[in-house]
Amino acid sequence: MARGQGAALDRKKLMADPIMVTTIVLLITFLTLFILYPLAILLVDSFVGDGSFGFSIFKRIFAMPTFTRAITNTLKVGFVVGIFSSLIGLLFAYVEVYVRMNRFAGGLFKLVSLLPVVSPPFVLSLSMIMLFGKAGIITRFLLHIYDNSVYGYWGIVIVQTLTFFPVCYMMLKGLLKNIDPSLEEAARDMGAGRWKVFADVTLPLMLPGLGNAFLVTFIESIADFANPMIIGGSYDTLATTIYLQITGAYDKAGAAAMAVVLLCITLLMFAVQKYYLEAKTAATLTGKASRGPMLIEDKSVKVPLTIFCSLVALFVIMMYICVPIGACFPTWGYKFFPLTGKWFKQVFTRYHGFKAFKDSFVLSLIASPITALLSMIISYLVVKRKFKAKGFIEAVSMLAMAVPGTVLGVGYIRGYSGGLFHTGVLQGIYGTGLILIIVFVVRSLPTGTRSGISALRQIDKSIEESAYDMGADSLKVFMTVTLPLIKDSFLSGLVTAFVRSITAISAIILLVTPSFLLITVQINEFAEKGSYSLACAFATILIIITYSAVLLMNLFIKYFGTSRKIKED
Amino acid sequence: MEKIKKGVRLEHISKIYQDPKTGKDFYAVRDTSLVIEPGSFVTLLGPSGCGKTTTLRMIAGFESPDEGEIYLGDEPINELTPNKRDTAMVFQSYALLPHYNVFDNVAYGLKLRKVPKEEIRERVMNILDLVELTGMEARMTNQLSGGQQQRVALARALVIEPSVLLFDEPLSNLDAKLRVSMRTEIRRIQQRVGITAIYVTHDQSEAMALSDQIIVMNKGVVAQMGTPQEIYYHPVDEFVADFIGEANFLKGTMVVREGEKVTLSIDGNPLVVDGRPDMQTGSQYTVVLRPEAASLADQGGMPCEVVLSCFMGSYQNYHVKVGDTLVKLEEHNPKNKRIYQVGEFCSLVFDPASVHVL
Repeated sequence: MARGQGAALDRKKLMADPIMVTTIVLLITFLTLFILYPLAILLVDSFVGDGSFGFSIFKRIFAMPTFTRAITNTLKVGFVVGIFSSLIGLLFAYVEVYVRMNRFAGGLFKLVSLLPVVSPPFVLSLSMIMLFGKAGIITRFLLHIYDNSVYGYWGIVIVQTLTFFPVCYMMLKGLLKNIDPSLEEAARDMGAGRWKVFADVTLPLMLPGLGNAFLVTFIESIADFANPMIIGGSYDTLATTIYLQITGAYDKAGAAAMAVVLLCITLLMFAVQKYYLEAKTAATLTGKASRGPMLIEDKSVKVPLTIFCSLVALFVIMMYICVPIGACFPTWGYKFFPLTGKWFKQVFTRYHGFKAFKDSFVLSLIASPITALLSMIISYLVVKRKFKAKGFIEAVSMLAMAVPGTVLGVGYIRGYSGGLFHTGVLQGIYGTGLILIIVFVVRSLPTGTRSGISALRQIDKSIEESAYDMGADSLKVFMTVTLPLIKDSFLSGLVTAFVRSITAISAIILLVTPSFLLITVQINEFAEKGSYSLACAFATILIIITYSAVLLMNLFIKYFGTSRKIKED
Repeated sequence: MEKIKKGVRLEHISKIYQDPKTGKDFYAVRDTSLVIEPGSFVTLLGPSGCGKTTTLRMIAGFESPDEGEIYLGDEPINELTPNKRDTAMVFQSYALLPHYNVFDNVAYGLKLRKVPKEEIRERVMNILDLVELTGMEARMTNQLSGGQQQRVALARALVIEPSVLLFDEPLSNLDAKLRVSMRTEIRRIQQRVGITAIYVTHDQSEAMALSDQIIVMNKGVVAQMGTPQEIYYHPVDEFVADFIGEANFLKGTMVVREGEKVTLSIDGNPLVVDGRPDMQTGSQYTVVLRPEAASLADQGGMPCEVVLSCFMGSYQNYHVKVGDTLVKLEEHNPKNKRIYQVGEFCSLVFDPASVHVL
């Protein structure tokens, strides 16, 4: 059987569509240059960094006790954080789905799921130090403990757990809602008690999903840079070690090799998560449940569960609130009253706050529409079109999901500081705002693409085919049909990209030059120096910006979103 | 619509797909040649997986044939993308643009063709009148019933005045009653406009009601092409006979030939039918007997035993055994007839002229 003619015709039809071809070529160039190449150069550099091909650099870094310790540290933290986060996430999800909560508890839950989205990733470290550190409000002034240390292993574990469990909670909530209630009802009907149903039906069905949540958190944890940086103290993880190797020891080849090690770990986890667990989750939980599950009415279960979760939620919220309040104390740790606005003032008068906000804001504002549009185009191509390079585009955009920011940062340094393959080509973009924007785009692309793909999968393929059949070319179909139909997803992608960009730090901190002041980098610096009040003041303003962006988006979708009109069926 | 009608010609068309489970290639459509006359209504009929939808999608341009050439009129169209082909498709899921109202949906194709605004308005209104949707033009599509949505889809395809109208199981999402009235509607409109129409369905009664020609497909190849009557009364093989309506297959050996007539021995019972010239004495042949062509009597036909007797309203449904062969039959207007009960022995009678030898 020869499929040659069909393939040739498909190719010809594609070529008859110059806009499509140009888009695909540009996309492939972009992905290759800014995702594949930086990773490739890391590999190349760590094998031939000192002139000859071989494992010498790897031998060198594995001989460093700091590096091997960092590997065990990272894995230890990731493992524990993964377990804690998925368990707490499961508890929250279970309570939300199976227990009818009052409005107060419901509001708490919602806030908990929203807060990590709108705040920079490391604010919990700040508040942890301010609440429980040596001069912490709780430890020192309520409990009179004067030598409590939050720095190190437990500090990182607690902060990361509190930061990442809402992600697990949202993931598992979606899965629990998809369990067909008749499965559980059948078990009840045959005489199983509530606990037995959970152990025999619900939990086994959730197991792949739980594993999935665990691995996602694990990857997030080992890729996390800012929290270990601020609260890790001398407890170094891979991300911080790589950073120090570059900024402290100026050992770029060593850092590249370390980045390769970190990348291998995350890629392995990602592969397991993506190809094994996600498929299994989809296999056990198919379709939407037609009605809600039986709610738990038993007070002896309901009350303690609700109270426990509400307390955790309150604790998390308190930690977030601590940031703006901390920015108002006159002297952290000594003088709490009267509250003052002087730190906010200093942000702008002494520490170039205005420039920092402007730089961060402008760069993110440029990056976000590019990201949103790019991710919608990628999702459109992946979901709706057939062409040869599709597999490549899909795989590389997925790959970006598994690459820790620090690794990408090192890759850009190695890849662009001397130009492409150290030849000087494209060297001009290094150190400019352009490369920062590109990093923002690459870092937010996977999330945008993911939500774009799931939005597009909901749209019947024949709707676009019908437009195509009526005589519209690819660009017309995309502009008049696809984009309007996923307008909401596009808008939220826009805001997510903005929020992710303006709160990003891990890759950026390696690439930013003195000509740009970025808020997150500032916060990190002040936190390092121990000027927590200033760090808090910066963080507060940042949270206000991101939260307003999210609010604006929701308002916009409410009044201008098309999907609402379409969904009224 | 003064437009030259165009036919469609398929020359040795094949389409190869990969089985997602085994990874092996297989023919979805194999070496299919068809001539569809201008202005005719042709149905591609067959079970799921027979290649009918693939054939339609190749004509529309969504799939590219691996072998052969497709012609629209006299023009080869293999290399044209769907938007450049002079065809318009009505989709199974209607595929209306959900963010447009009825008017804009119908006007979409005309706007793409840069037709002047005034003309668009006139043509859209005319078409909406034809499909009896006048007054609905400002509605959003989700405010319409399934039948109305299907009319919009039809109007949208018609308004651009394509050479060929393609239907991909357009009625399968409608309930049974609506399906019947919509198919009459589609036939009426097609005849009014006089357009060439290719219609894919797995519903044989739909195919019968609509078509000038039916093309029965099976496993990627054309099993038979002909008018509904030809296909029903003279199916070429058991598959076609069984797929179009109900069919009983009686196996018999040819005993003797007398001119046009041949005598077959079916389970020892002689049956005299119109024979074909190539039939050989002593060979086995299969005879197709339609359920409505036979009835039961106390004597005078083939002896049989009733194994099922079931009242269906307009007819009495029987299953009887003639020797080892199960025969299904429908006794219409059963009110004043004798009803045979399960276990009774009686006689299967039918007019030899109503059977067809395969």
